[in-house]
Amino acid sequence: MTLHSKRKFVNGLALSLAMAAMAFGLFWLLWILVTVFQLGVSGLSLSLFTEMTPPPGATDGGLLNAIVGSLIMVSLATLIGTPVGLLTGIYLAEYGRYNALGNATRFINDLLLSAPSIVIGLFVYAVVVATTGKFSAWSGVIALALIVLPVVVRTTENMLQLIPNTLREAAFALGAPKSVVISKVTLRAARAGVMTGVLLAVARIAGETAPLLFTALSNQFWSLNMNEPMANLPVMIFKFAMSPFSNWQELAWAGVFLITLGVLALNIIARVFLRAEKIN
Amino acid sequence: MEITDAQIEFKDFNFFYGKFHALKNINFKMARHKVTAFIGPSGCGKSTLLRTINRMYDLYPDQRAEGELLFDGRNLLDPKIDVSVLRAKIGMVFQKPTPFPMSIYDNIAFGVKLHERLSTAQLNERVEWALRKAALWEEVKDKLNQSGMSLSGGQQQRLCIARGIAVKPEVILLDEPTSALDPISTSRIEELIDELKKEFTIVIVTHNMQQAARISDYTAYMYLGEMVEFGVTDELFVKPKKKETEDYITGRFG
Repeated sequence: MTLHSKRKFVNGLALSLAMAAMAFGLFWLLWILVTVFQLGVSGLSLSLFTEMTPPPGATDGGLLNAIVGSLIMVSLATLIGTPVGLLTGIYLAEYGRYNALGNATRFINDLLLSAPSIVIGLFVYAVVVATTGKFSAWSGVIALALIVLPVVVRTTENMLQLIPNTLREAAFALGAPKSVVISKVTLRAARAGVMTGVLLAVARIAGETAPLLFTALSNQFWSLNMNEPMANLPVMIFKFAMSPFSNWQELAWAGVFLITLGVLALNIIARVFLRAEKIN
Repeated sequence: MEITDAQIEFKDFNFFYGKFHALKNINFKMARHKVTAFIGPSGCGKSTLLRTINRMYDLYPDQRAEGELLFDGRNLLDPKIDVSVLRAKIGMVFQKPTPFPMSIYDNIAFGVKLHERLSTAQLNERVEWALRKAALWEEVKDKLNQSGMSLSGGQQQRLCIARGIAVKPEVILLDEPTSALDPISTSRIEELIDELKKEFTIVIVTHNMQQAARISDYTAYMYLGEMVEFGVTDELFVKPKKKETEDYITGRFG
């Protein structure tokens, strides 16, 4: 074989292997999506959004309390985790890039980022639930916020680091103070990436079960009291899917379908954000 | 050669990157409303020298300067100098165009708003004035709300020049402003520099010796952190006093 035909062969081989790996991954992903769709769609009905989770033995019922509970806790956790994460990310990228505090923060953030969510659930259980003596929606919010935080810190830092230093220098060269350089120039240049990070963090906590299992627990009934256990989709799915009742199992699939749809929507919105920025 | 109306003067000036001695005993003056060019091979310190004039090195903790750098008689190395005010007086344009991620109008208004409180009408007037000075007005007057990033490379660079001019500085520092541009954009910028020196003192770093010969009044040849020769451009290029300068400008070295 000549040198060039050998190169072509190796190139073709590597490409085929890469394609095969992609097909393998995609196969399972599509299978999951198809199953979720098939089993979830049959459970979809208006009562899903108007009725509470049913007691054992009942034939009707919906997921209203779980949907609302999830929306409340995910929103609050995002509202708490995002600003803290943004500020930390800005500190790491613009002030603490090389200093000891920055390095320590980065290390701890990486630990938090890779911590299994059940560890965070147990931590909040020990710190909040055990000390207050009861499961509550607030403790669920805290656990979810702790998961949002490191994701936002990491993406904010990475996105700001991608901004070329010459852009910062150009702003400084006009006599801008550092706060203005960050808020008006670098953060603005990185906003699409930062927004994407926040959306992906939301997508992540939307389906988290473990941190809520020991904190917000669940609630059979309608409750907006943040100091009481609150219904939520992931724990409800967990409970209903394990149950022997077929209508509960159907509701669990409907819940899975709703979460999948939500996460998919968030990912699409994140992509649209990124694309809109590229065109600019 | 004697420069009578000096705006900037370096006296026994030294500069360090950490332990590295990057600029050694620099002594020279730059004339008001003239173009001074720094030439020399890569790494000779010409950009470093330019970046000391607006104290850009302040951003990096391990960089420091010693000696005197006088701007209209005041030592710019004095820690009491407010760098924000200084940078309003000494503008800078970089090698690669650096439009901010905002509209063309906001790009120009950004620096102005930092230093002055103007009414909307005054600000509009200033933006137009700066864009006209940078010979960009005719091309962008109908799309001031478009992103600055949407312009071509040459237009972006003129936008950056306009942004610097809008603050009404006294000096404009140009760090290889045309090295990323095509020949047509380059010649437009060169014409612009010729126009701007009527009102501003211009300092330009360039890799391109022909460019230095074309547009500058004074030229400094630098090598390994030292200023080998400084003089009137026409004399330095026609009859250099030092052998090293001659070798460099005739292309035997560099």
